[in-house]
Amino acid sequence: MNLNTIIKKLQLNVLSGQENLSIDVSSGYTSDLLSDVIANSKEKNLWITLQIHQNIIAVAKLKDLAGIIIVNNREPNEDTIEKAKEEKVPLLCTSLMAFEVSGKLYTLMNE
Amino acid sequence: MLKIFKADLHIHTCLSPCTELDMSPKRILTSALDKGLDILGICDHNSTANSSAVMTAAKTLDIHVIPGMEVASEEEVHVLALFDDIKNALKLQEYVHKNLPGENDPEAFGMQVFVNEKEEVLGFEDKLLIGATTVPLEEIIRQIHNWDGLAIASHIDREAYSILGQLGFIPDGIGLDALEISPRVSFEEAFQRYKTPYPICTSSDAHYPDDIGKSFTSFLLEEGTVAEMKKAFRNEEGRKVLNKD
Repeated sequence: MNLNTIIKKLQLNVLSGQENLSIDVSSGYTSDLLSDVIANSKEKNLWITLQIHQNIIAVAKLKDLAGIIIVNNREPNEDTIEKAKEEKVPLLCTSLMAFEVSGKLYTLMNE
Repeated sequence: MLKIFKADLHIHTCLSPCTELDMSPKRILTSALDKGLDILGICDHNSTANSSAVMTAAKTLDIHVIPGMEVASEEEVHVLALFDDIKNALKLQEYVHKNLPGENDPEAFGMQVFVNEKEEVLGFEDKLLIGATTVPLEEIIRQIHNWDGLAIASHIDREAYSILGQLGFIPDGIGLDALEISPRVSFEEAFQRYKTPYPICTSSDAHYPDDIGKSFTSFLLEEGTVAEMKKAFRNEEGRKVLNKD
């Protein structure tokens, strides 16, 4: 499924990576342990997390993820947003918690 | 004159909810002397309140007790903060407590006991010491250095609450003074596995008296202080970390 469609349906707020929103998302991956995401996420996964440290951008880049959804209205700091812009990684925000946004994404992708 | 100091820089007391009352100042010191340690770092979760009791109890003993704490950052990375001056440790504690939400539930997490050097119970900490602060890791390290402390990433070989587990890799320019490995990993394994430019030390992360000194770091220093260990981590003026197993 196209990332743009997901952004519209889940009403996500786009902070960066506007040039990469037409990408095809393979599946979702929900985890707050970056070492786990490095070990187990798959290419073009949309990553759902509450971590806002700038290392999330490097991990998304390293694993060629489709983008990152930050949950619970958490606000990434300037460094993280800067890095996401530089690396053209879609950084998406929502007020939903990880459980809700994961459920919605799962339903949407399996409709 | 430089000499060898055996340091176990990561010891919890009965203030940490995950320990029992037997981690009292006297028991800690008896066990540490048994193991032939020269330097002890007292690092309870997000608090330095029991450090002074251990320091007082050690006054007549041939052992250096260093006040510190194990701070949990917003990312749930644990960092050891060690100080020469307890006033600075208390200043960091004040900052940490301002940014540490939650209240302890002794039934769920365990008791958080303040004691004095005579092992008398002075009271209980109400704050949720096992929780995490709302402060990013970089800022925690800045605060530690601001008060002349030593900032060491805890047990990097463990998945839980370590910089590598939580953040995947060590961010550039993070400013850590050293990385700690747990007794489960040898220096040789650590150097092979992590290939890091950071100095490595090892300590016990003791929660029980018998665990004290399970692993320790040998330093070549003039005296058993944080300032001297800082020099050793930087290989300055002949001070060294003698990281051999």
